[in-house]
Amino acid sequence: MAGRIRKIARRSFLVGSVAIAGGVAFGVYKWREVPPNPLEPSDGAIPLNPFVVITREGVMIITPKAEMGQGVQSTWAALAAEELDVEWEDISVLHGPPAQAYFNSALFGEAVPGLAYKVGPTGAYIRDLAGGGAKLLSLQLTGGSTSTRDGYEKMRMAGATARETLKIVAARRLGVGLGELSTTSGEVIARDGRRISYAELAEEAASIEPPKVELRDPSQWRYLGKTMPRLDMIPKVTGKAQYAIDVRLPGMKFATVRMNPRRTDMISYDASVALAMEGVEQVIDLGSGIAVVARNTWIAFQAAEAVEIVWGEPAYPKSTEALNALALTAFDRPANSTPRDEGDLDKPQDGIEITAEYEAPWLAHTTMEPMSSAALFSGGKLTLWSGAQAPILSRDRAAEAIGLSPEDVELIVPFLGGGYGRRSVADFSILAAKVAAAMPEVPVSVTWSREEDMRNDYYRPAAWGRFRGVVRDGQAVLLDGKIASTSLTNDSTPPEDPTEKQMGDRELVAGAWDQPYGIPNYRISGHTARTGAPVGYWRSVGASYNGFFFDTFIDELAHAAQRDPLQFRLEMARKEHAPSAGAIEAVAEMSDWGAARADGTALGIGFTYSFGAAVAQVVQVSQRDRGISIDNVWIAADVGRALDPGNLEAQLSGGAIFGLSAAVFGKVTFSDGIAEQQNFWDYDALRMPSAPATEVRILESAYRISGVGEVAVPPAAPALGNALFRLTGLRARTLPLIGTFNLLV
Amino acid sequence: MMRTLLINGKVHRVDLPDEVPLLWVLRDELGLTGTKYGCGVAACGACTVHMNGEAVRSCQVALGDVTGAIVTIEGLGTPEKLSVLQETWADHQVAQCGYCQSGQIMQAADLLARVSEPSDDEIDEAMQGNLCRCGTYPRIRAAIHDAAARIKAEG
Repeated sequence: MAGRIRKIARRSFLVGSVAIAGGVAFGVYKWREVPPNPLEPSDGAIPLNPFVVITREGVMIITPKAEMGQGVQSTWAALAAEELDVEWEDISVLHGPPAQAYFNSALFGEAVPGLAYKVGPTGAYIRDLAGGGAKLLSLQLTGGSTSTRDGYEKMRMAGATARETLKIVAARRLGVGLGELSTTSGEVIARDGRRISYAELAEEAASIEPPKVELRDPSQWRYLGKTMPRLDMIPKVTGKAQYAIDVRLPGMKFATVRMNPRRTDMISYDASVALAMEGVEQVIDLGSGIAVVARNTWIAFQAAEAVEIVWGEPAYPKSTEALNALALTAFDRPANSTPRDEGDLDKPQDGIEITAEYEAPWLAHTTMEPMSSAALFSGGKLTLWSGAQAPILSRDRAAEAIGLSPEDVELIVPFLGGGYGRRSVADFSILAAKVAAAMPEVPVSVTWSREEDMRNDYYRPAAWGRFRGVVRDGQAVLLDGKIASTSLTNDSTPPEDPTEKQMGDRELVAGAWDQPYGIPNYRISGHTARTGAPVGYWRSVGASYNGFFFDTFIDELAHAAQRDPLQFRLEMARKEHAPSAGAIEAVAEMSDWGAARADGTALGIGFTYSFGAAVAQVVQVSQRDRGISIDNVWIAADVGRALDPGNLEAQLSGGAIFGLSAAVFGKVTFSDGIAEQQNFWDYDALRMPSAPATEVRILESAYRISGVGEVAVPPAAPALGNALFRLTGLRARTLPLIGTFNLLV
Repeated sequence: MMRTLLINGKVHRVDLPDEVPLLWVLRDELGLTGTKYGCGVAACGACTVHMNGEAVRSCQVALGDVTGAIVTIEGLGTPEKLSVLQETWADHQVAQCGYCQSGQIMQAADLLARVSEPSDDEIDEAMQGNLCRCGTYPRIRAAIHDAAARIKAEG
């Protein structure tokens, strides 16, 4: 697989690349300039545009999106195949090389100010227009639940232009008009029955200017809207799927790294014991840590732990208590942002006033595949296999780290054994590049131990919410929330990430300021803390904690108003955003919300609008002899349009379980400047016996299509906490919930 | 010392210290990368293989302690000839990132070899050591039930 993409991945200019711009109108000249097609023809593989390559065996769809479990590569293939008229069995997918042509337009579009749920036709256009900025900055990123929106038009257009270009060539060869031609199963067919395969037409088609095309009406769709077998499923159930950790090359050596978990320099190290161990070949000084190269990974692990290292002091407070105390000083300073300020928050309100303070801990990503890469530095050039969520950034930073220009680094992105935001950081790619550069002409596999992965993560920062609210006559009349957290903008790596400056601190307040509720006096402000701690994007980012703060406070308001918590939310959503109200109504029906429950059983609702999707969840908990079990979670999500219902179900179900895992257990603490948790035995997640049964309903009333990789995470924690409140009368305002409740996990 | 291993019906000879765990013999010496490293301390189940027909965590089996035949995910079935569990895993579209699934399937195969029609509680008990960060548990459960039913129907 890797060899094939290498052959077609060299830079070149091909006229076929015009196809994409023809379809996606950004309206601004500079953004319409088409970046060069990064693919060039090789034996029998003809690229028609940066996304469609015709081969002798069928059609290869190039997806610039990392497959980290979310099914994006199959959905992008279905988008192109829908217009291209090829059989599902004849399609293969490959991750494209880092290239400008694969910019993520949706990510930038979402950085436009304003409430996303209020976007109609005009707002959507402005957001798409802003998306062109991503192209200028070469932003190729799999994240932010933006892939579906990014590819929805682009990939169908890629398929349609390829199809029409093939038809033009066929019309010439057959001497008939275009109107007499149809396409099916990878062939162009004339009315008289003559047929030519795409493979026979491809080479000539790649040399002509593609026409402007119209996209098919959804009523004609054959693949989209249906559950398609994932293209990565058979490799993944047979052990054939290759992750970066699995890359094997002749003569390969196996290495691991031990880097300063306090993120400063290494004062000194003594590798004499390690070097004397059987099978150890070399210890490499990486400046802020070391790498051990050995005959196999296990020997490298043992030897790395045997190296005695004196680490530099951290640039942040060393204990959780001191770190959190520093972060909390953000509340003492004026707000950095107040993205929502409606009504008059200073005017005294009649009614019942309540206040609450919430806390969410530091979290690790713990992808099942620890950070890993393979690399070969040969002839002054680097080949790097790395599961990068941001491939251009990772390639460029790896190149810079070893003094190469980006053109001399080829980055291949295999399957990712989980991403959850962790693999958007370039650190593991940079380290693999440095190790390879120290051992030219020898391929090396660089695998982090689980312990290294835990202590050198970029953590979801701890966060705090201080809320005040007033209810009167059963309604919320005021909600005033302040959020404090370590800023991802200023403190996360990589600081060069162009999204950071553009998106500002909006993530700090995401999931709180942007909720679709009609509350007459509604203000949310963000207080940026600069702790210097290593922080990063974690699945659903700001909404991962704000979902808990905001929705739990809504539950508390409902309780103060003596209202049914579901009806209370539903009334507020109806005033503001019909799809959100629809999701709440759906989950009420699915869970039979109003029906009496057995003694010792309770339901809780959670709702968060994030990444363009309204998601409501109801969790059922039960008091058992030995503790409280989490029995069920019902999930209703409005995603605008369901491209692959089976995959959406998987993402929403899995996302809720991921969110519940963090809500129940997730907590990283620091001692001496180092994360204390080491492995799954002290940083666990829900498992088969403790995971609830899930049921999903997908709604399609929202104006815009949305991705679902993250959206089920935010409402899971409040739904569970609210259920536990109804069961026990105890309100937990601090995560994880295992600290307050005896949960059966 | 030189040792002979029987893996997926094939004989392999390896010369490594006795304490090297089977996991790394498979992955780094023999190139059988379907078996995954997740934790190294038997806390996640990603490295599960069969030794003498029983599921073991290959990160905890030292090379010197290997006795009898080893079966890995590559030996359970192939894309051309899937085992029943791999078939139901695909039919239920279980895998997301997929990294833990080799271990999940090997553990489930061990369960079905012992219990032909496992209850939900028996599935919970057998599968609790296998972590999945993507949260595919509901589909894993369905795929195990389905495989049991298919094996029964086929007699």
